[in-house]
Amino acid sequence: MKKSFLIIGSMALFGWASCNRSSETPTPTTPTTETLEVPQPSYFPAMVYDLKSNPVTTDGFQLGRSLFYDGILSRNGTIACGTCHQQAAAFTHHGHDLSHGIDDKIGMRNAPAIQNMGWEKDFFWDGGVHQLDLVPIAPLENPVEMDEKLPNVLQKLRDSKNPNYPELFKKAFGTPEITTERFTKALSQFMLFLVSNNSRYDLYLRGTTNALTSTEKEGLALFKQKCASCHAGELFTDHSFRNNGLDMTRSTDQGRFRITQNPDDQYKFKVPSLRNVGYTAPYMHDGRFATLDQVLDHYAKNVKQSPTLDPQLQQNSTLGIPLTDDEKNKIIAFLKTLSDEQFVKDWRFSDPGFGKAF
Amino acid sequence: MKNHLLWASGFSLIISLLIASCKSDPDPNENNILTLSFSNQVGNQALTLGSGNYKNAFGENFTITTFNYFISNISLKKSDGTLYTIPQDSSYFLVKETNAASKKVVLRGIPTGDYTELKFMIGVDSLRNTMDISRRKGVLDPGDATHDGDGMYWSWNSGYIFMKLEGTSPQVPADAAGNQKYRYHIGGFGGYNAKTFNNTRTVTLPLGSIAAKIGPNQQPTIEVIADAAKVFDGTQKISLAQYPTVMFADFSTTVANNYVSMFRVTSVKD
Repeated sequence: MKKSFLIIGSMALFGWASCNRSSETPTPTTPTTETLEVPQPSYFPAMVYDLKSNPVTTDGFQLGRSLFYDGILSRNGTIACGTCHQQAAAFTHHGHDLSHGIDDKIGMRNAPAIQNMGWEKDFFWDGGVHQLDLVPIAPLENPVEMDEKLPNVLQKLRDSKNPNYPELFKKAFGTPEITTERFTKALSQFMLFLVSNNSRYDLYLRGTTNALTSTEKEGLALFKQKCASCHAGELFTDHSFRNNGLDMTRSTDQGRFRITQNPDDQYKFKVPSLRNVGYTAPYMHDGRFATLDQVLDHYAKNVKQSPTLDPQLQQNSTLGIPLTDDEKNKIIAFLKTLSDEQFVKDWRFSDPGFGKAF
Repeated sequence: MKNHLLWASGFSLIISLLIASCKSDPDPNENNILTLSFSNQVGNQALTLGSGNYKNAFGENFTITTFNYFISNISLKKSDGTLYTIPQDSSYFLVKETNAASKKVVLRGIPTGDYTELKFMIGVDSLRNTMDISRRKGVLDPGDATHDGDGMYWSWNSGYIFMKLEGTSPQVPADAAGNQKYRYHIGGFGGYNAKTFNNTRTVTLPLGSIAAKIGPNQQPTIEVIADAAKVFDGTQKISLAQYPTVMFADFSTTVANNYVSMFRVTSVKD
């Protein structure tokens, strides 16, 4: 008796469930392939990106990788994301102070690194974009970067035979339909997986105490004392926007002010993560410093007073951060332990080789 | 015997559950359709893109080449005071002067009744501006081809442009390309991680004695005029020579305070 109730009940439930499913349109986020687990180091803070909204799969990641390295995203096919975000330089534009985009146009800022994106709460030097899925639209439509329109890109992808994008979208999302959501979420899947957590410093954190030399350890202690109020935590940023005392007399770029129109935000830029800082030269939002030596010299000697200058850089009525040459050298030695060679050489993140973009 | 009865009742349970879950109740308001018909004008003149010549309160001549705006969060008030709000997912419309179809906003499934007030938002609310990309369909999809590069979305400062008005004026200084153009791109939903200005505006249009009677056999059209001249000549008069370009800046709130008054209802047609 009890058993028959159970059978009837479960049949009814089954009928209800299957019926419910058929009435829904297939959601693009239904993974059809193996789910990839995005590494989440225990010593990183909680991830900001909601992975449930976009589960990373092998085929979704591979699609994102193809898109990332394909010039089809730009107006004339010459510029891919990977043009200005090169793996060997931790996904920055190696050797360029300002990024070099379509038709030899020069961008307004230095290309930021693409790494540990799942932990960012806003994007770009001014934080103008607040969600990772919306990030790719900005460079794609910027007239000095890729100068294309999103509807055109989607149409070009639908028409593409080599690679066969409808086929790749089908593998990743179940059907060959190419939509804004699928396009941006595939790129997010690729970017989310770009986690850098295998530097020598990470080995040290995970318990290999001799992964750092004694000089580097002294550098770490100095760093914590002098730099970590802004470059905080194991991502080496507090995700804030600050005016770090650069000479702004020659620049029209007002940074965060462009986004908020709040006068208190004038000349403030995002505090960047320092992971892989050994690979990401040149430095600052406009790439004005070629070496880490110049960066530390700036903080030690060249901080300029201005109404929005960060309070951290004007303590005890002195501008900047007092640093001796010896302290500078030790801090730089430490910063280089944040270089993650495995990350910049990981073949999974590399150009799959369509050879379409510079 | 008992067992048979049990099975029989069990099966009827399954059938009824299947029916209940598969067949949604027929909407009694399915044919209750209200159309909002937008006509764009400049003062009392018809709006003719490109060739129409107009004058603002400062005596400045201007033409209009682009006029687009978002209408959202529509609600209707009944004569008994109760409010009906259009389900939010179906309540975003982009009206474009270049696209005649976009000027007819068709609302379905409205409960039967006499409606005396129309309310809507100019722009896109902050919540939708910050929603997952999966919740930005149709006119809210920045990749939708019907946008035709209209650019009603700021990719560099995530958010929608609520109203775009562009044209030429001999009083406007020439730009680098030698064109005497003015460009008003007004947006700003209040910011996400930091507070910014909010240029969404709510428009309330009383229908008064010409109430819209909606029912299964009554599908009225509310004729709404949008007067583009009000963008310059609203509560504050704006000079094109002084403000040829207004985009993401504090002054945009002055423009928003003007555009809130650009709509009026002329008639309700049964």
